[in-house]
Amino acid sequence: MALALKIENLSKRYRLGQLDRKTFVADWKRKLSGKVEKDDAPDAFWALRDLNFGVEQGDVVGILGRNGAGKSTLLKILSQITAPSSGRVLLKGRVAALLEVGTGFHPELSGRDNVFLNGAILGMTSREIAGNFDEIVAFAGVEKFIDTPVKRYSSGMRVRLAFAVAAHLEAEILIIDEVLAVGDQAFQNKCLGKMSDVARAGRTVLFVSHNAAAVEALCTRGLVLERGGLCFDGTATAALASYAASGGEAAATDLNTRTDRTGTGACRITAIELRDPQGRSVKTLAAGDDAEFWLHYEMPVPRPVPSLCVRLHFTTSLGAPVFAQSNHFGAHPFPADGVLPARGSFVCRIPRLPLAESLYRLEFRLQSSFTSAENFDSMLNAFEFNVAAADFFGGGKLPRSDRGSALVPAQWRVES
Amino acid sequence: MLDIPWRDLWRYRDLVTMFSLRDISAQYKQTVLGPAWFVLQPLLTTFVFSFIFGRFAFGGTAQKGVENTPHFLFYMSGLIVWGFFADCANKTSTTFNKNAQLFGKVYFPRLAVPLAQVLTNLIAFSVQFGVFLIGMLFYYVKRNWVADPLHPIHFDPNWRVLLLPVFLLMAGMLGVGVGLIISALSTRYRDLAMATAFGLQLWMYGSSVAFPVSAINDPFTVKLLSLNPMVPILEAMRFGFLGFGTVTLSQFALSGVVCAVVFFIGVIMFNRTEQDVMDTV
Repeated sequence: MALALKIENLSKRYRLGQLDRKTFVADWKRKLSGKVEKDDAPDAFWALRDLNFGVEQGDVVGILGRNGAGKSTLLKILSQITAPSSGRVLLKGRVAALLEVGTGFHPELSGRDNVFLNGAILGMTSREIAGNFDEIVAFAGVEKFIDTPVKRYSSGMRVRLAFAVAAHLEAEILIIDEVLAVGDQAFQNKCLGKMSDVARAGRTVLFVSHNAAAVEALCTRGLVLERGGLCFDGTATAALASYAASGGEAAATDLNTRTDRTGTGACRITAIELRDPQGRSVKTLAAGDDAEFWLHYEMPVPRPVPSLCVRLHFTTSLGAPVFAQSNHFGAHPFPADGVLPARGSFVCRIPRLPLAESLYRLEFRLQSSFTSAENFDSMLNAFEFNVAAADFFGGGKLPRSDRGSALVPAQWRVES
Repeated sequence: MLDIPWRDLWRYRDLVTMFSLRDISAQYKQTVLGPAWFVLQPLLTTFVFSFIFGRFAFGGTAQKGVENTPHFLFYMSGLIVWGFFADCANKTSTTFNKNAQLFGKVYFPRLAVPLAQVLTNLIAFSVQFGVFLIGMLFYYVKRNWVADPLHPIHFDPNWRVLLLPVFLLMAGMLGVGVGLIISALSTRYRDLAMATAFGLQLWMYGSSVAFPVSAINDPFTVKLLSLNPMVPILEAMRFGFLGFGTVTLSQFALSGVVCAVVFFIGVIMFNRTEQDVMDTV
């Protein structure tokens, strides 16, 4: 089959830091002396490095990767928003990118005018838009409000209208970045339906999402990006498995040897433990048991941190958020006088762990304050633990596993 | 040619008109006078200029009869052409910084934005030109039927009015060229953007907007003025509509070449900046 898209040795370098008088002088010195900017300059950051892959016509490709893996940069290059630092992209046909729907909507103009404006921004001619107009409006379900200024629309209506416009663009390659995260369930299903229609019509779709079910249902192929490179290429199901496993590998590594942490290091987490009600360090806990997460830290140069903030983000193995906790939520930040011992542990106690049977991962962030004046230390997939099924509600029944990760106790009654 | 996406631009031609219509309709939302501002601005400036400069700017002119030209026609003819040029330069100079949000989300040929601006300016110019024609009609009637021998009225439109599209093309290319150069240079360092409005104002006083070139007697100043590509355009405009002006064919042609060169430099720089602008804005 013919290739719809081919990427050769694609790299993208960003420069970190502020542009000011110093960088201006440095730029010109370099230009005048004819030197090329060094690849390993201290402020250079490679969002993508030597990426190679091809996509065949009619493929629906799911792109997976953690924050910072290079997904967004890749999509920006594919949709021509920015040019690569080196390498090249070959595209066959028109590209429609839905990186963020509703950009280019003008709040003062009516829905009708915005459909035409948005369509034109995406590359449709007025005639094409007029031909699809009724269908677009019906798909978005905003018939009644089509002559109302968009500033009076609800955010849901805006998103639906924007997706409808983009979905009706006759492009050979469709790039979609998590637009499905917005809108209600019914509309999400409609969007997924439209996408599979597009794929069946022989057009190529690139789909970036954390929604494992959607990737598995829609995509024929999956790519996993990690630190700007391709680390897996195969079927969607295999890619999802590899993606989940790569996080597990990281979580199994000793925290002290991991290099994927960010922060100033003024205070560092050295190990994480989950302790069961008996105080034993475990990897698996039954749902409904009292859980204690012990974050062992060290502070090389002790200093007072009066509003130290510890955040824990619980995610699924695919990185979807489950819930978040912080010592600031309870309004009793520790310690009272802001002085921490040089070594110790932050302990987060969660009574009756309300999670369904599954594998979970932990991201931590250690900041000088709740609003993050200074980031001391943070890491994705820092810890992994299993929750085993247990009689959480006391009635012997549990929700189906695809109904979500949370077990929420409740009391029921009848009222008349 | 030079990697400029002409074909893409043609495909997106509807976008240019739509951006322009959006600009016009959004610009005058929540104003009382609405589109009347198109006309009011140059009209008021014309009156101010007539009042301030009209008394002495014509004094030293060597050309016969010029002193009897209605000041209104003299200033307005210069101001609307200058305004068209200055708007093209000023409004396109902020293309990247003003549209960063849109540019970061979706691809379309970025040149569509400055082109839409030119279209908007052309529409504004047509309205202003209409008012200018009404002024011409007024003085034509006054000259021919209510002549006052103490205050003779002198102006003499001729076939060169047909060159108006050429004047606009030149002023537009120069303005867009300058604007695009500034927009390209100011993405990394915004210093230049700060100086744009001020620089254009200085440029105006260095162009024959407030005075005719013929009023300048110092040969060095005249030489200096001939370096300014806007001067031949303004003088030719007045030569056509009013019947006097200091411009030779070679000066005019040279100005045309400069305008075209500036335009292409602007387009090339803009196009080059567009490639990675979203990383720096």
